[in-house]
Amino acid sequence: MIRKVYLDNSATTRMDEQVLAAMLPYWTEIYGNASSTHQWGQPARQAIEEARRSMAKAINAQPGEITFLSGGTEADNLAIKGVAEAYREKGRHLITSRFEHSAVLATCAQLEARGWHVTYLPVYREGIVRLEDVRAALTPETVLISIMHANNEIGTIQPIGEIGQVVRERREAGQTHLFLHTDAVQTLGKIPVDVQALGVDLLACSGHKIHGPKGIGALYVRRGVRLESQMHGGNHERDRRAGTESVPLIVGLARAIELAVGALPERMESVRQLRDLLEEQLMRRVAETSRNGDPVRRVPHIANLNFDFVEGEGLQISLDLKGIAVSTGSACASGSTEPSHVLVAIGHDRETGRGSLRFSFSKENRREDVEAVLETLPGIIEKLRQISPRARESQAVGAQAPRRLEIDPSAIHRGVSSVRK
Amino acid sequence: MYSPAVLDHLANPRNGGELANPTARGEATNPVCGDRLILTFQLSEGRVERACFLAEGCSPSIAAGSVLTERIQGLTIAELQRLRPRDITEALQPLPRNKEHCSVLAIDALRAALAGCPNAAGPPTESTEREALDR
Repeated sequence: MIRKVYLDNSATTRMDEQVLAAMLPYWTEIYGNASSTHQWGQPARQAIEEARRSMAKAINAQPGEITFLSGGTEADNLAIKGVAEAYREKGRHLITSRFEHSAVLATCAQLEARGWHVTYLPVYREGIVRLEDVRAALTPETVLISIMHANNEIGTIQPIGEIGQVVRERREAGQTHLFLHTDAVQTLGKIPVDVQALGVDLLACSGHKIHGPKGIGALYVRRGVRLESQMHGGNHERDRRAGTESVPLIVGLARAIELAVGALPERMESVRQLRDLLEEQLMRRVAETSRNGDPVRRVPHIANLNFDFVEGEGLQISLDLKGIAVSTGSACASGSTEPSHVLVAIGHDRETGRGSLRFSFSKENRREDVEAVLETLPGIIEKLRQISPRARESQAVGAQAPRRLEIDPSAIHRGVSSVRK
Repeated sequence: MYSPAVLDHLANPRNGGELANPTARGEATNPVCGDRLILTFQLSEGRVERACFLAEGCSPSIAAGSVLTERIQGLTIAELQRLRPRDITEALQPLPRNKEHCSVLAIDALRAALAGCPNAAGPPTESTEREALDR
């Protein structure tokens, strides 16, 4: 039987059985509405407040600073639009980076269409925002800086703590309406996340990236920061997010965070070892392979590699046929193959960014998963390079062409039956 | 996402490579997505005896090149001139609508080859022109 290998944990993760167990009573036994004052509602309220305390503790916040909502996307929307609208009289300038998640970029674009100004900071080849660019972009009109804690495609960690320090300095100098938001969807439960140490005013996170349920996330909002609600219809979540709370999902989110943060050092070490092994071996075995983003300042569970002369889409589908799930940064949508905005932001163009794959690990992965990729992927790349015009042209000009491309065409064209299924 | 036919041609591309001394060689590039396809074929007694392709692009582009080399095997010049993108698309069905341009790429490479093919001199036939509009 083919070993099924799931290495797309930055897309989503399998829910932890302990998380599922924690959630189960809240579907059928403790099903009351947490806003109800009767004996059905009150245990539900208690569960939510316990989850809030647990999550607050995990990120070094106060319980009243946690707002539960539907996920990372909603958290980013509420943080950015909520702050922008609440402080519109103070200024209409925002700062973000070019390679944020689309939840941030699309929200900023929406505000731009409504009259706000947005500065998109460069991230350079290493995929990291530079502090001097943040300083240079700040104006008296700036109300919010929104920079992700770690990038979701290449995993590079941004200097949030240092940016937080810049924000503090500006505030002390009188710009009291300047705030810092970070999308921590790829970092909470993966690396240490402490809102005090980071100096953030808002922080978005999600349940399903850390073996929790889908459809739940949270926004940390530092006490004293005003937000204009984006959802109207009730007084839930301190008037920040109307709608009956999903008690099972909230309980599941808190349990997932508790488990992930509790086992953080072991989980980090385990995924780092697997990630490094995969990277090192692939770069050794497959010529013309390079790493995307800074090799040091990055989360331990993501590897993003670029394989020249081949298309990431074809690699991803070929791996899928062998039972291995990864993702590619060059999606071919609406007839146009373009590298993702993240790959473009770190300097790739249509040609160089085509062959990128993201491998993302979780606590569930084992060494056998890495071995399965190492047994499978080099052969797939070799086969696709044999029919790649660019690989041959590169060989023809002798530009450090991979030796394995020296092939006899007539051998290939008859090679159909020799291909292993 | 893709049909079993596309997946099969991706996993087992037929006739990959480039012939050393082909009767004809044609290359096509999709300016929108940058996909490339190179076709070479050898004629013997007026019919395609061998054909090879090179391709870089999304999976359907590779599959289209692979199908093309199978489809033109044994055909005469006149028969090659009558081939249309639809003939490639049909072999890869169901193909997502936004991927149908991959079969156009394959036929563009074939037409580029025919344009430089000594045995295929002369303007395209009336039906070829009509079919070109068809795609």
